[in-house]
Amino acid sequence: MTARIGVVTFPGSLDDRDAARAARIAGAEVVSLWHDDPDLHGVDAVVLPGGFSYGDYLRCGAIARFAPVMGTIAAGARAGLPVLGICNGFQILCEAHLLPGALTRNQHLHFRNRDQVLRIESAGTAWTNAYQPGQEILIPVKNGEGCYVADERTLDELEATGRVVARYLGGNPNGSLRDIAGISNEAGNVVGLMPHPEHAVEALTGPSLDGLGFFTSILKHLAGVPA
Amino acid sequence: MPRVVVDVMLKPEILDPQGQAVANALPRLGVTDVSSVRIGRRIEIEFTGQPDLDRAREIADKLLANPVIEDFSVRVADAGHAGESNP
Repeated sequence: MTARIGVVTFPGSLDDRDAARAARIAGAEVVSLWHDDPDLHGVDAVVLPGGFSYGDYLRCGAIARFAPVMGTIAAGARAGLPVLGICNGFQILCEAHLLPGALTRNQHLHFRNRDQVLRIESAGTAWTNAYQPGQEILIPVKNGEGCYVADERTLDELEATGRVVARYLGGNPNGSLRDIAGISNEAGNVVGLMPHPEHAVEALTGPSLDGLGFFTSILKHLAGVPA
Repeated sequence: MPRVVVDVMLKPEILDPQGQAVANALPRLGVTDVSSVRIGRRIEIEFTGQPDLDRAREIADKLLANPVIEDFSVRVADAGHAGESNP
């Protein structure tokens, strides 16, 4: 049976179409989810896409967190539903306390938009099992508020438990502590990533095809193939 | 209408690049005796009835501030003028 991946659209989402396209290219059936509809329509996994939900008012992701769809997603995530938050989606997951820490203004205050090398630090999550641990990938990064911060204890715990999913290589684009580009929750079903794998799935538009692995990973995970 | 004022500030240990940028611009104004600038947010809330500080605290904790990176304080603004206004 084809896996059903839901992609949420909030007012101000930008990358929902690209995320849906990436999931489709990976082989999933894509279901569009709407911020105002708490029904997840039986999806097997959810992607929270990039963009500027609710205009980034107050703080990025702060208002999206209270969208009706997020109540269902948060409950699902705590019960094991795989959720990938990309960029604004990562910010929403932190605001919703599904992931620790917070994303703050880039240290240099500039919006940063470039192709970025990452190292996959954990291939044990539902969203990264198609990669090799230590594999280097090239995908776009584009954010103004991508500086990951958390207290030292949280950072140490993330490192010690293998929950740093990806790290920036060749220059940190936003000042994120310990070069962190992505993290997961304890169970590994919830992953937040600041760069954009969904923009690197086709030769025509992406710098590589390296982003596709996030979407093939979830299909592998849902099919029950051991990581 | 009495207002509740919520002040939200980044925690002291969190880097404030906006504040730093402002501090770095001050010498251009000829100001050289400022050692630090930190930028926060002030939010004014009007209740339909009496100002409710507990409720305001709940609103601040859940939505207005992110306790991971920010501290907040709540107070009832002086009647007549909501806090201090610019001349």
